[in-house]
Parts: sequence; structure tokens; C-alpha cells
Amino acid sequence: MNSSFLLSTTTFIYALATIFYVGSFAFKKQILAKAGFVVLVIGFLDNSAGIILRWIESYQLGYGHAPFSNMYESLVFFSWTVAVLYIFVELKYKESIIGVFASPLIFLAIAYASFDPSISNKISPLIPALKSNWLIAHVITCFLGYAGFAVAFGFSIMYFVKPRNPEAESIFAKLPSWELIDELTYQMVVFGFLFLTIGIITGAVWANSAWGTYWSWDPKETWSLITWFVYAIFMHLRMMKGWSGKNLAWISIIGFIAVLFTYFGVNYLLSGLHSYA
Amino acid sequence: MKTNKTIPEHIWQFFCSARLAVYTLVLLALTSIIGTVVLQNGSEDDYIKFYGHGWANLIKTFNFDDMYHSWWFLGLIVILCINIVVCSIERLSTTWKIIFPKKITFNTDRFRRLKNLETFTLNKSLSELTLESETLLSKSVGPVIKEETEAGIVLYAEKGRWTRLGVYVVHTSLLLLFLGALIGSIFGFKANLNLDEGQTSDTASLLTTRNPVQLDFSIRCNEFEVRFYDTGAPEEFRSNLTLVQDGKDILTTDIRVNQPLRYKGINIFQSSYGSAPPDQVTLEIIAGQDNATMVRTIKIGEEIQLSDEKTQFKLEGFLPHFDFSGHDLGPTFIGRIFEADGKSFQIGLPLKFPTFDKMRKGHYAFVIKAAEQKHYTGLHITKDPGIWYVYAGFMLMIIGCWITFFMAHESYFIEIQTSGEKTSNLSISGTSNRNSQGLRLKIRKLCHTLKG
Repeated sequence: MNSSFLLSTTTFIYALATIFYVGSFAFKKQILAKAGFVVLVIGFLDNSAGIILRWIESYQLGYGHAPFSNMYESLVFFSWTVAVLYIFVELKYKESIIGVFASPLIFLAIAYASFDPSISNKISPLIPALKSNWLIAHVITCFLGYAGFAVAFGFSIMYFVKPRNPEAESIFAKLPSWELIDELTYQMVVFGFLFLTIGIITGAVWANSAWGTYWSWDPKETWSLITWFVYAIFMHLRMMKGWSGKNLAWISIIGFIAVLFTYFGVNYLLSGLHSYA
Repeated sequence: MKTNKTIPEHIWQFFCSARLAVYTLVLLALTSIIGTVVLQNGSEDDYIKFYGHGWANLIKTFNFDDMYHSWWFLGLIVILCINIVVCSIERLSTTWKIIFPKKITFNTDRFRRLKNLETFTLNKSLSELTLESETLLSKSVGPVIKEETEAGIVLYAEKGRWTRLGVYVVHTSLLLLFLGALIGSIFGFKANLNLDEGQTSDTASLLTTRNPVQLDFSIRCNEFEVRFYDTGAPEEFRSNLTLVQDGKDILTTDIRVNQPLRYKGINIFQSSYGSAPPDQVTLEIIAGQDNATMVRTIKIGEEIQLSDEKTQFKLEGFLPHFDFSGHDLGPTFIGRIFEADGKSFQIGLPLKFPTFDKMRKGHYAFVIKAAEQKHYTGLHITKDPGIWYVYAGFMLMIIGCWITFFMAHESYFIEIQTSGEKTSNLSISGTSNRNSQGLRLKIRKLCHTLKG
């Protein structure tokens, strides 16, 4: 058994969890959501084991580095962070129906890592610039930030599908109260914002110790800052201008588009210092 | 509302609005995109080649070629700073009394009307329940204020009043970051220095203007080493450096990428490397008439006598590129042969083709046996006295965000009234300046404890 096997089974387990959640939503069966949660937790454990095993394998190959160094590893870790955050939210708020909006993201990230032929799952050695303890701190915090924004994005979708009329017959009528949706979205944005802030800061401190410049307007840096600006705008609109509901949900969606561009767009369309993500 | 405001008042009003902050952030976000799409710090020709004359002119006019240092982008940052300062002064002056009141007071009616008010009846006397509630509040919240009303007792406790300052901490941290960046750009420098192995220098060249910058000490590169993985990817760049001051070696150490040398405010980073010209070569010299060979190691500039005692050979130099009838033969040693009759001519000894000189079919043929490939190390040298402001800004930003987002000013209110013999009514409610959901959970927990 190796990490590649574990991580490809994770993909299928996450797919199953997503099917359960969507099924529970479509057929209004609470039991399916419960099953979805159990499957999701199993997938998460498999995902964790895969990441740890991959870490060990990199030591056996003589490279010895944390598995956060290329697109494949980062996507696998992204799934992991979204999963851990969502599991926490479901346990805390005891709402399982919202899993419909989070589990597809968890599945899609790892499926993309597994199935896109241009993404190699080979363990490769670290180039000198990445050999730093800051790598772990920087990647973990950035991805927790991304995960917060991803889940916030999933929850924001609810603003657009939940019917205004509480007696509506739509399958979306079962969604949590407006108050709770608002609370959940906000908490996720706050979580994402704090970790994105720490992620940018650890990146800056690292850049200063590797190259002597804490900020060089590299496209990835700039886009992470743009993302930060968007969520800073979100905070000011909510707290100072009293925005809420759909209007604010749009800002959260724009923010997540900025996250996606920071994560993928910069790698494929622009050039810069970041090897993987 | 005053209608006839003076101009300074208008300006003050303009800078203390949250709307300005939002607009400035939107503009910063949108314009920052430009610099990630348009080539930065390219040459004039690059812009004309990539974008054509019209666009190139537009790019030049608006400084899009170096937009993060352009007057208008810095202007936006200045507006943001003024906005932060003015807003903070305006709001702090009104909220300071809320944050640090002389005496904490509370409005009983307000708490009675709160949506999260929970009321229940317990089989306990007023005094018994008051004591229990007081202990609970002081243990889980803070000091309790007790007041008697016409119908019973009210208790009030609060915590985290100071957390209302969190948002000012975040904003101060931003100002510190900009201040640090400003100090760094005025009093600091960023320069490059390439040193061949064995070479010493105290003068680096500024990154932006290429002007020389003199250091207080000299740097000698003793050795440079690059290691590769089996895959061919670089594994490690390492330079062994010695700092020399007043002719004395003061410090010898290795630097690597991610392991810079910091000395008296100057930081020395491993940034690049390359091949340095070798200064000596080992040649096998074959005499034409009897095929006698001799092997000699010759330094550049050195002249040697050949076996016939009449001909001399001088190693004149080294060229990174050598042109031979239109072909580039790559790195090549240049030598000169002085014949007995006083004539002399130049020969080229390319590293890539060690036996190249045999083709000349001269009296002597020079075959390269060994040439030590030397490297130069590319050092990035910086001085940034603003870095500590920036790092302080970073710390404050994280702490401030934590306070602002995860801590709150929470107040709890309990009212107890006698409802019958040995029974009392208890009402509990609370307020929080953020996170009302979390507060509701805490109130439920308090209820649970009180009900026993």
C-alpha cells in the first residue's frame, strides 16, 4: 500500500459522501445526510493517512520534505483543509444539510488532482528556495484561508437558492434560517481572512529570509493581496455599511473567484516564483 | 446637521467615511491586477514589441510599466493611510468613553427586551438563587454588579470591553507596515554583487540604478558549490564567504538559499551563480617533429619556453565565446606563439574541443588536459532598517485580527424575582458586540448550569 493508492481511494470516498449529501437534500432524507457525514469522516481519515504516508515516502526516497510542494500535493491538501473545516462546522452547528454546498468542493479538488493528466503525482525533490521550515507554516495557513473562503462560497450559494417565502414547496425550503446562513458565511470568511493574513505574512517573512525582500509584487503575491482586499471590503461593508444577504454574498463569491485565480490562474496564465501554487 | 461647513471640515468629513475606505480598497484591488498582466520594469523596446506603439505610450503615461511604484498607486495608499488615521481619531474620541468608562452602568429595560432573553422558574428562594447566579457569573464572566429593583434583584457582569480596541490594532498595524516600507526605501538598499571564487570586493551594484554602493567591509568568496539531485534539479547552492575589515578576516561562514548571513544590519543572500573564467589551464604540448610531449600548468599571462628552446608560448587570456570562421566554439583559452624568427601568432584552445589545436598542424600542438571550472556566486545584499517596523506590523496585524474576529465585548444580565413560596423566576439575557450566535450558546450553557 502506498500514498497514491490511499489518495485515489480518498477521491472515491469523497465522491460517495457528496452523493449521500446531495441525495439527502434531493429526497429530504436526514438519514442520508448522516451517512454522508460518516463517509466524509472516513474519507478525511483516508486523506490524512495518504498525506502522512506521502510525507514518509518522501523521506524514504531521500528527499525528505513535507508534501506541499507541487500542484498535486497542494490540491490533496486543499481537499483535506476544506474537509476538516466542514467537519468542524457540522459538528459545531449540527446542521448537515449544508454539506450539499461543501462536499462537492472537497471532492472536486482531489478529483482534479487525480484525474487531470497534466498534474503529476510523482514525489519530486525540493529546489533550494523551498527548503525552509517556513514552507510548512506558509502552506498550511494559506490553505486554511483558502478552505475558509471555499466553504464561505458554498454557503453563499444558499442565498440564491433558498426561497424568500417560508411556505414554499421548493426542495431548498429546508435550508437553515437566514440568520444561521449569515452567521455561517461570516464565520467562514472571518476564519479565511485570519488565515490568509497569516499566510501572506509567513510568506513575506520567508521571502525576506530567502531573498531579502518581503514583498516583490510577484503575481502570486499580488493576487493574494487582491484577494485580501476583496475580503477586507467584505468586512467593511458588513460592519460599517450594514450590508448583508445577497449583496454581501456576491462579495464572498467575487472573493472566491479571486482565490481561484490566485491558486490556479496565476500558475497557468502568469509567471512567478511559486512552483506549485 | 450643520449645513454651512468650512472647507477643512469638508475634507475631514471626506476622509473619515467608511465609504472612502471601501472605494479605496476597491480601486487598490482593481488596479493591482494591471501589474500582474502588464510586463513590469521592461525596456522601452519590450513594450513596443509586445503591445505596439499606441499601447506602449499609454503604458508609459500611466506608469503601468512600474505601477506599484507609480505616483497614483502610492497616492491610493496615502489616501488609505489618511483615511485610517482620520477614522481612528474620529471614532476613538467617541468610543474611548465606552471602552474605558469611569463607572460601568447598564440599562435594565434594554436587557429585559432582548431577543435572547430566557425565563424559567426554579424551586429555590430568591437569596439562594441570587448567591448561585452571582458565583456563576463572577466565575465564568467577571466582576458582578448587583442592584435591587422593586420586584427583585438584577445582576450584571461583562468581559472583553477592551477587545473593542482590536480594530484599531489592525489599522495601526497597517500604518506600521507602510512606515516600515517607507523607512526601508529611504534608508535601505538592495544591491547585487557577483564574486568569483577567490575574489574580494566591498562594492555592490544597486538593483534599480546599477550605481555602486560601498560596504563597511569586504566580502571574499572562498568557494562556491552547487549540488544537483539525480533528476538534474538543483539541490543546494552554497557559498563560503569571509568578511574582511581593515585587512583582517572577521567572520567566515557558509550561506545558502534560505540561510543568509546577517552582519551589522547588512544581509547577504545567495541569489544566483554562474561560471567564472578559469585562471589557469593544464596543457599537453606535443612537439611536431618527434612527438615528444610535456604537460604544463600555465596561468593566464604566463609565458613558457618550449622544448626547442627558441619558441615561446604565452597564455594570453580566456574568452567565454570564441569565433572561428563564423562558428562559436564556446569558452576558449587564447594563447600566442612567439617563433624563433620573431614572428608571433594567436591560437585558440576551446574547452569543448580539447584537441582542436592539432588541426593547425603547427610545430607544436596544444591539447587541453584540464581546466578547473570556477564559479562566481551571485550575492544579493540588502540593508533594510524598516524591517522591524514591518515585522512589528505583522505581529500586530495577527493579534489585532484575532482580537477583532474572535473576541468580543460580552455582557450578561440575570434578573431574579420571587414568584411564590420557595420558588423564584429567573431571566437571563446578554449582548455581544459581535458573534451573537456564540453568545446565545453561552447563555444556554448558563441556563443549563443554573437549572442544575
